[in-house]
Amino acid sequence: MFQSKIMSLATATLVMAAAVTFIGCKKHQPDPFPASAAVAGWDKTSETRTFPSKDLWQYIDGDAEQYVSAGVVSTSTSDYKFQNQLEATLDVHTMGDAAGARKILETGTSDAKPVQLGDAGVQYAQSVIFRKGPYLVRIVAYESTPGTPQALLALAHGVEAKL
Amino acid sequence: MKSRREFIKTTATGALLLGSQSKLGLASMLDQNAQHVANGKSRVVVARDAALHGQDGQLDEKRVLALLDRAIATYTGHDNPVTAWKQIVPMDKVIGLKTNGLGGKGISTHAALVMAVCERLQQAGVKPGNILVWDRNARDLQACGLTVSTDSSRIRVYGSDVAGFEDQPAAFGSAVNVKLAKILTRECDMVLNLPILKDHEMAGVTFSMKNMYGVVQRPNELHAAGCNPGIADLNCIPVVRQKVRFTIGDAMTSVYDGGPGFHPERLWQPNALIVGEDRVALDHTAWQMIERKRAEVGMPTLEGVGRPPRYIATAADPAHGLGVNDPKRIHLIEV
Repeated sequence: MFQSKIMSLATATLVMAAAVTFIGCKKHQPDPFPASAAVAGWDKTSETRTFPSKDLWQYIDGDAEQYVSAGVVSTSTSDYKFQNQLEATLDVHTMGDAAGARKILETGTSDAKPVQLGDAGVQYAQSVIFRKGPYLVRIVAYESTPGTPQALLALAHGVEAKL
Repeated sequence: MKSRREFIKTTATGALLLGSQSKLGLASMLDQNAQHVANGKSRVVVARDAALHGQDGQLDEKRVLALLDRAIATYTGHDNPVTAWKQIVPMDKVIGLKTNGLGGKGISTHAALVMAVCERLQQAGVKPGNILVWDRNARDLQACGLTVSTDSSRIRVYGSDVAGFEDQPAAFGSAVNVKLAKILTRECDMVLNLPILKDHEMAGVTFSMKNMYGVVQRPNELHAAGCNPGIADLNCIPVVRQKVRFTIGDAMTSVYDGGPGFHPERLWQPNALIVGEDRVALDHTAWQMIERKRAEVGMPTLEGVGRPPRYIATAADPAHGLGVNDPKRIHLIEV
């Protein structure tokens, strides 16, 4: 009877420890998507959608394979708007490791302007791409205005701070 | 290359068979060998307007309509848009307009083109409820700038996320276990294909034939080996081959590299529409446009980067017979 109680207590303790560990792990998964107004002028205008590697084609069919071959684990995406005018999409690709993020970043960005973001980053007139650890971040604006590069850079720094 | 006027003269008898309403209806118009061939050549019209985009970068809708009219008039040989459209579509059938919103906002079939086609279809006598604009899902349609509507008394706009896919798979060659969109199989009698011209990471180029990946439930299963022979095989599935009969390709904005997604740094504005019935000849023409742009900016050819669109030649081979890819057999008319 006494032994049985001890066994039950030990089991319960183990379950609780596992639960705490699990919750603890989950807490360490960053949410890189800045909330509305977290970065000056930027509003988050859609829910974050997440696609595991096997379903990535549903989001970027045709583009998905290059990410899959580089070891993408999942891709999350959300829409943003700057000062209620400039629309943009933020994609965060979680790769298996930093090498995967590097592989994608180094593909086809040789003519881009380097920027200090994360481990490495580049910028075009309407987009910013950077990597930090296993994360590859891409922000694309749908309009080119004189203020677009600076606005994108600000949002990128907001994302970087959350990774 | 003939001028538009010369072309109208030589084709005034009307080689288009689509408008010939016989007792047998559409089935009688499905002579794949005759539809797109005049004097042994497949016609492809490339219509351009350098002023299509305004200074603000936005499309001028009136100019889009005028460009569409010019393209269709050149193709059919009829200057009157109503007469011209009657040569292309049957008036009493459900006409689907298959757009392409896969690349997201910025590199999807433009709503201005969809609206222009819908306007002319209605003027030609197609009832609004018999026009169905469709794509994979609501998100793709929204990327084109369209709003979902299922009201059957008006022009309908919805995707396969609403209508679903067939349970029974179709097959041709490597395209096995293909579950087709019910919009294609059950709702539309004829489909006007409205793709957008793009570079494609795997296939090389995506335009007329590749747009059919949007009519299957799991297009990712057809991506092997640069989508070859997947694209050609898919287009050979009878319902695809028979119902998708005319392409009005959006080459008003395009990406010459980094596609099929939106890469503004690789965006360019050909300001063109590419129209015709021969899907192979259309894709060959589109491919050459991409190659010319890549050469202009000093980029290697698609062959040079390991992704030539081999599926185009496959589609033209005797086993597929979807059209012609030999430039000598393509009657290219640029206006």
